[in-house]
Amino acid sequence: MDIFVCIGSSCHLKGSYQIVNLMKENLDKNGIADKVNLNGAFCFGKCSGDGVTVKIDDEIISGVNKENFSEIFSSYVLRKFK
Amino acid sequence: MRKFDTKVQYLKYKVLREVARHAYDDTLVESFNDIAKVIVKDKPTMRCCIYKERAIVAERIKLATGGDKSNPNVIEVISIACDECPMGGYEVTNACRGCLAHRCEDVCKRGAITFDDQKRAIIDKTKCVECGQCAKVCPYGAILNFKRPCERACKVKAISMDENKAAAIDNSKCISCGACVYQCPFGAIMDKSFILDVIKMIKESQADGKTKVYAVVAPSIASQFSYAKLGQVITGIKELGFYTTIEAALGADMVAYAEGAELVEKGFLTSSCCPAFVDYIHKSFPALNDKISHNLSPAATISKYIKNIDENAKIVFIGPCTAKKMEFQLDHVKPYIDSVITFEELQALFDSRDIDITTLQETPLDNASYFGRIFARSGGLADAVKQSLKEQGLDESFQLKAVSCDGIEECKTALLRASKGVSPYNFIEGMACVNGCIGGAGCLTHGEKNKKLADDYGREAYEKSIADAISVLDKSKF
Repeated sequence: MDIFVCIGSSCHLKGSYQIVNLMKENLDKNGIADKVNLNGAFCFGKCSGDGVTVKIDDEIISGVNKENFSEIFSSYVLRKFK
Repeated sequence: MRKFDTKVQYLKYKVLREVARHAYDDTLVESFNDIAKVIVKDKPTMRCCIYKERAIVAERIKLATGGDKSNPNVIEVISIACDECPMGGYEVTNACRGCLAHRCEDVCKRGAITFDDQKRAIIDKTKCVECGQCAKVCPYGAILNFKRPCERACKVKAISMDENKAAAIDNSKCISCGACVYQCPFGAIMDKSFILDVIKMIKESQADGKTKVYAVVAPSIASQFSYAKLGQVITGIKELGFYTTIEAALGADMVAYAEGAELVEKGFLTSSCCPAFVDYIHKSFPALNDKISHNLSPAATISKYIKNIDENAKIVFIGPCTAKKMEFQLDHVKPYIDSVITFEELQALFDSRDIDITTLQETPLDNASYFGRIFARSGGLADAVKQSLKEQGLDESFQLKAVSCDGIEECKTALLRASKGVSPYNFIEGMACVNGCIGGAGCLTHGEKNKKLADDYGREAYEKSIADAISVLDKSKF
């Protein structure tokens, strides 16, 4: 699985580094870190919204923040490993 | 608010703007001759007649569209624009009062100064070695150095006179810093422009819907476009058709991090960020070639990273630098940077599309740390390397002795000592332009406050340390 977290200016200011760290933590915690390529990317063209844009395989999810992170992680990442 | 320092820049800008306008509209070929007529109307304002003015503008158009393909140098002389300024060297002017002190005579070690029957000084050119001491000591400032502004600007002595008395550039010495371009009062030396390549790239990306043209912008932008807000400039870049803008300063953070470790390993390094400085070492101090840091420049480092994570990326560096136009064509940089334009050229592109950036919303620009951003001014690179050593815990076992060379003359002094093995420093930061990149020849304006603006911009960075700024990047893609 490929996960790209946007680290472009707009997402950066909305906390993309926090999301990257949460992503790393959760991948480790669930023992799937070696099955996922986690990368930074510059801009998916979805700069508006209340959070960071993340691309998981071919799906683009915008508005990711630390409040909704767990939910998004479960439904977009964990679900695919079940 | 002023957009340019000089009218020469303004003239060059007008040509670039018109060329860009026609290139965007796909009318360049049929409009080629009309551009000169748009700029030079029916009365001469610069030269003897409109025909010479138009002939010179035609040469400027040629440079704006890529210049002489047979000349590898990105800096070119427009011979017919060269005013063939007098270049007699030191001469005594009418201000000489025929005084009694004769300081000029006493200071001249060559005995080149004598006096006429009015007791006025005369310089014997067969003895004079142009040391300038007489000019320094004259209480009336009556002795002047008649030297061409281009030659005076060229500290690497690459400019001489051809058989027709026009300026000529020795490519084996020229480091493409652009000092002569900025200093020639007649605009007779210009940097080649690659705006057509950039416009073509943008149009192709719009047509295929797949290619993304990234703008990598130098941190010295902090001192530019002072009539608008930085966020508006970034929106303007987007309106031109660029996909997104990324700070070259993030590449600077990456470089600073790697350079700290490289320095500890090798024990002595010169920086590799300024392409003109690196070229100067290759051309004038080849014995020091292996002392140059192996890091790519910040612009190339971040561009390489972008290309590694996005196979559809095309990258245009936008900065203050004419030497970057030489750097991106080097074999080891070519795969990463597709083209280079200056801030002058960016202004021309905005206006060719009638984009008034002062009316635009602001778009954020924030990728780098304080330390990456202060690379824009002299001393910033050495500060960043110091910080890098500290952040990596290398500062206790390794004592940094850095010198920041502000301008190519200071670089020469430091490199001379290093080449003789008597350098008191173990890290040489070299910037070919005085004040660093904020003094670059491709800047729109140069001012006293630029250093402060660069530092202020650094302090606005969201990330405060180098490690924080690069923590999110996948190090395997560096």
